Amino acid sequence: MTGFLAVIGRDLRLAMRVGGDALTLVLFFVMVGVIVPFAIGPDSVTLSRLAPGIVWIAAFLSMLLGLDRLFRTDEEDGSLLLFRHAALPLEAIVFAKMAAHWLLTALPLIVASPLLAILLSMDVATWGRTVLSLLLGTPGLVALGTIGAAVTVSLRRGGLIAPVLILPLSIPVLIFGAGAIASGSAEGISNAALLFLAAISLVAMALAPFAAALALRLAED
Amino acid sequence: MTVDIAVKKPNWFSRLANPGQFLAWSKAFVLPLAILTAVLFSVGLYLAFFASPPDYQMGETVRIMYIHVPNAILSELIYAVMAVASIGTLVWRHPLADVAAKSAAPLGATFTGLALFTGSLWGRPTWGTFWEWDGRMTSTLILFLIYLGIIALWRAFEDQGRAGRVIAVFTLVGALDIPVVKYSVDWWNTLHQPASFSIMGDQHMAPSMEIPLLVMTLAFASLFATLDLVRMRTEIFRRRAETLERQAAAKLA
Amino acid sequence: MDLGPHAVFIVWAYVGAIVAVGGLVGYALFDSRRVASRLRDLEARGIRRRSAGNSP
Repeated sequence: MTGFLAVIGRDLRLAMRVGGDALTLVLFFVMVGVIVPFAIGPDSVTLSRLAPGIVWIAAFLSMLLGLDRLFRTDEEDGSLLLFRHAALPLEAIVFAKMAAHWLLTALPLIVASPLLAILLSMDVATWGRTVLSLLLGTPGLVALGTIGAAVTVSLRRGGLIAPVLILPLSIPVLIFGAGAIASGSAEGISNAALLFLAAISLVAMALAPFAAALALRLAED
Repeated sequence: MTVDIAVKKPNWFSRLANPGQFLAWSKAFVLPLAILTAVLFSVGLYLAFFASPPDYQMGETVRIMYIHVPNAILSELIYAVMAVASIGTLVWRHPLADVAAKSAAPLGATFTGLALFTGSLWGRPTWGTFWEWDGRMTSTLILFLIYLGIIALWRAFEDQGRAGRVIAVFTLVGALDIPVVKYSVDWWNTLHQPASFSIMGDQHMAPSMEIPLLVMTLAFASLFATLDLVRMRTEIFRRRAETLERQAAAKLA
Repeated sequence: MDLGPHAVFIVWAYVGAIVAVGGLVGYALFDSRRVASRLRDLEARGIRRRSAGNSP
């Protein structure tokens, strides 16, 4: 357990030291929300109707773009090699990194969501449901993203390939995440969506460490 | 099937697993498979155009179904082939499994793309639009994107052996995820479109339509088998050439 | 034969299929020939696989 927490702590400390990185992602998230009215017009009725979808798209894109940082620095400075031979199983280390990544990317997004809610004329109740759906859905995105990052870890110019790989696989999260906010339609449907969302996130979090660890080992052979 | 472990198994397995032996026995299969493909297509196309009736609702445009449905079926079948090959790479370390997976990916992508293309053309006269976000077409579109991602992965790696192993993991993750995608897309579809359209609907088909459909599906499957075999052979030869070129360069250095 | 009022869609669907299938077959053959000529080229330069025995 101490080893597990140590990995999380290390990732968090490294992120704080380098700074900027997580904040840039939050900036991107907010900026997506900012540019939407320029594209579809500032009518607040339209905006509030589309707001849940827009927030989810912004979160979705931000999480995908933030994937590279999961393993990049560890791969570059040789820590990955150390992880593979550490006392703590690689799967546990990956899970710890997933937890740290969620804290560094998803949590700031959720904290920044009120800004988007205001910009997009979202009412408080809808925003509350949005936060709930993000809380339940972002772990699933982190899990799937970790698999993508692990698969592409040995590619020099990884670039956009990890997001491109993970995007189709993550569509269920987007569907149920946006569906869970359901302003106007039956509450039963949005609750069902929340349950599906939670289920997907749980299963993804359970399986991703194994798939990602396997991919990391195979990539370095 | 009984297998005499002491005597037959090594022989049978090595003929499948050893690239050299694979090349030896697969050569004889290429032409017969190609001929089978040609025959199946001839019969299928004849049946599709001259021996089957126009649909009472759609009229002659039902002829497009004879391309659309086989390609849709094959798009999923080929992914299953890639998934099995991935298991072969990861679990049995089968030396030819990654060759099979690499060869199948562009074929799967093309058939999926063709399913989308013909589905779009089928939809235009039938429902008025070139694209309808219905459950099946949307899931097919997502499958197409997954295929393209896998092909991009193959091209991104220099070491194809390493690529094969890593891509096997990704393919299997995709295999688990695709049913989830299909379910979520259907759910999403019923949410936003109370009346669900479907290219196929639940129509019961007359035998006069089912038989051409079956023959065309077999024809495309046979085409896949032929092309996959040819591409696998080419890939094995290509890897030999690359090894030789590297050896030659090393000697000069 | 009369393909009805929407014949253009049927024709384009089959044209697309023929182009796609033709492209796949054509590329498979082209790639196969290309690799074969690479190997012939190496053979001519006297570079062989160890299992093929040494050139005289």
